[in-house]
Amino acid sequence: MPKGIGWRIGLIGIFVLLSFLYLTPTLVSKLPSWWSVLPKDKIHLGLDLQGGTHLVLEVDTQKAVEGTLDIVATDLEDTLTGKNLHFKRISRTGSDAVTVVLYEKGTADAVQKLLKDKYPTYEQSPLHDEGGFVALSLRVNEKDAQDRKDKAVQQALETIRNRIDQFGVSEPIIQREGINHIVVQLPGIKDPQRAIELIGRTARLEFKMVREDIPPSAVTIPDDAEIMKEKSVDAATGAVSEVPYVLQKKSLITGDLLTDAQVRIDSQFNQPYVAIDFNSLGAKLFDQVTAANVGKRFAIVLDNNIYSAPVIRERISGGSAQISGNFTEKTASDLAIVLRAGALPAPVKIIQNVTVGPSLGQDSINKGLMAGLIGVVLVVVFMAIYYKLSGMVANVGMVLNVIYLMGALAAMGATLTLPGIAAIVLLIGMSVDSNVLIFERIREELALGKSPKAALDAGYDKAFLTIMDSHITTLITAAVLFQFGTGPVKGFAVSLSLGVIINLFTSLIGTKVTFDLFLHKGTVKNMSI
Amino acid sequence: MHLHLLGKTNIDFIGKRNISFVISSIIAILGIIGLVQITRGAANMGIDFSGGTSMQLKFAKPIAMADARTALHKHGIARVDLQEIKEGNKLLIKIDKNAGAAVGKSADAVKASFTSEFADNPYVVESTTEIGPSIGDKLRKDTLVAVAISLLGIILYIAWRFDFKFGIGATVATIHDCLAMFAVFYLFNKEINLLFITAVLTIAGYSLTDTVVVFDRIRENLHKNLKGAMQTIFNESINEVLSRTIVTSTTVFLAAASLFLFGGEVIHDFSLALLVGVLVGTYSSVFVASPIVVLLENRALAKQGSKA
Repeated sequence: MPKGIGWRIGLIGIFVLLSFLYLTPTLVSKLPSWWSVLPKDKIHLGLDLQGGTHLVLEVDTQKAVEGTLDIVATDLEDTLTGKNLHFKRISRTGSDAVTVVLYEKGTADAVQKLLKDKYPTYEQSPLHDEGGFVALSLRVNEKDAQDRKDKAVQQALETIRNRIDQFGVSEPIIQREGINHIVVQLPGIKDPQRAIELIGRTARLEFKMVREDIPPSAVTIPDDAEIMKEKSVDAATGAVSEVPYVLQKKSLITGDLLTDAQVRIDSQFNQPYVAIDFNSLGAKLFDQVTAANVGKRFAIVLDNNIYSAPVIRERISGGSAQISGNFTEKTASDLAIVLRAGALPAPVKIIQNVTVGPSLGQDSINKGLMAGLIGVVLVVVFMAIYYKLSGMVANVGMVLNVIYLMGALAAMGATLTLPGIAAIVLLIGMSVDSNVLIFERIREELALGKSPKAALDAGYDKAFLTIMDSHITTLITAAVLFQFGTGPVKGFAVSLSLGVIINLFTSLIGTKVTFDLFLHKGTVKNMSI
Repeated sequence: MHLHLLGKTNIDFIGKRNISFVISSIIAILGIIGLVQITRGAANMGIDFSGGTSMQLKFAKPIAMADARTALHKHGIARVDLQEIKEGNKLLIKIDKNAGAAVGKSADAVKASFTSEFADNPYVVESTTEIGPSIGDKLRKDTLVAVAISLLGIILYIAWRFDFKFGIGATVATIHDCLAMFAVFYLFNKEINLLFITAVLTIAGYSLTDTVVVFDRIRENLHKNLKGAMQTIFNESINEVLSRTIVTSTTVFLAAASLFLFGGEVIHDFSLALLVGVLVGTYSSVFVASPIVVLLENRALAKQGSKA
């Protein structure tokens, strides 16, 4: 055996073994226990193939900054009241400042000093006159605002991950994209609409007192009150009715003081409700609020909708409460999930939603595989007829190509999409191209009267540069597609570029060694090409 | 004996350049018109670029398009694009982003109208795609950048491997192929979406491969034969690699055709684009790329001659 054949065959063999090793987790549904040290990554099916939902969410980060400023304003109110510093108004102004309006210059100086100590990173404006009062504003600096925005996206991501985990989706992908986008992929999900609602909900839970002294029909309501509605749906007719309430703007207790939320069934009416438990601070607050307001009404508000507005019958000190409303079991369990997972720090907007039903996905796989198979058969038959035995060698190379490619995709844990299958099919066509180039060269050399062995070597040598050039140009396109493409297109680029590299190997080493094996003695008189 | 699709050929490809230039110019002009219309948004844009909602519904019984349209109109969806997939009673619904509803609302409205208007014809939603306008804009920009960068990369590579004149020839041929695909899709009112752009870039790579093979042979023959007329050497080279060109195109064409015929509706247009591209790419590597290089080489020679 001439030198060089051994290691090349060895290499081909090793790659085949490796490919199957990496493919095992994909092909076998349950791995034996001793497999643990061996590769476990497998080829994932893209959403277009197995069905599922791909969402891009945009976090309204500005709202997170505003939320922080609202807290600062509330905080300041409490502090100034506690220190007996009289103020006319403290509120967020615009999207990046809190303005404090005071009655007199004397308090203003004290407030200025207090603000400097309490909020050192904020920029303080000089005192100015505002309608006869003294005003000053506290502006959040650019860097802190950016920081807050960044954290908001991070928090939103964690919260959404939490919700999805509790909802129960296998292999979800949740990742940040760019500055304020979050990509969520839920493969194989059965009820996408429900999942979307679960993810997109802000879930800000608040307990507010109802201002029963002001009728909802009042023309003007005070600055510290607001109107919200309680929606109820008649189970029998589906008619929606809305009851307005006037609420105190300031919330007494918020959802971040919860430790747990569970669905329970009311034994009397057989109606589901959500039982919530407060942490110690929440329990204390709840105890105080209920003790001070027996006989009054308070409202349980979620995302600016009133769920219920019960009358406080007695002091509640156990630290638990219940939210009832017009729940079905599903809506109650979804509410419990979002309450457990916590509120989003800022509202999110769905800016992209691609949902593929499972039936279409299965249909696509079947058709894609069928098309691939037919493509392979057509090419195999064509090559066998046109180049005879040599054509069969090229066909073996092509099969090697497909095995290697699948193995590489599995090793990378890549995602196979429909365009990815298309790329593989296309590659089948292109993979024989290198061999066609070589074979045509060999035919030319044979026509010049060279021996099969000499023609073979000359053919490979002369075709080499052409093959390199053509592969590199394709690789350039594939790399750009990978860089800029999203979803399915990226899958296409991965398959294409892997395929091109593998094809280089199989055509220059794989098929060559087969010919060498038969022709190395130089005794073969006629080449079947 | 070897099996040959064609024997030794001796076709004067370069001499027919006037004819091919006329054909290619028409293709290119159509392509440019298509491209302009696409950038203006006047073509059949996929929602991944324009923003909006598209849905695919599968009904239990056949449904008339006119009835479906009336039902949607009745429920306040005025601007809607319907397309029927005969096999399996499927209906493709495309709603413009300007139809009014926010992301998430159009799909609900469609479902509501079909549920109430066609109570006796139940359906399942096979797929829903909703794209907010900001995503569409971003995607369009990214895509333009992607196309520009990959073309530039390829040109630089060819210019480095061959010389500048070949680089121009290859570039013109590649752009020609892309334009041809735009022309066909525009004329047949096929949807311009991300998959189509993917197909265009793939074909750009494929067509270049084809051109490179021809150029390689030309360069080899130019080195061997320094005295021959440019046109003769080019013609000989193209004839020498002609059978390779045809065999390769045939195999890729077979693979793409099987995708087109059996691959299902999702990649139907994608494979159509590939088919068109393979045909045009083969044509252009013979009839566009090489004649342009000859033209440039002759002009350069004439310049040198007049100086001497």
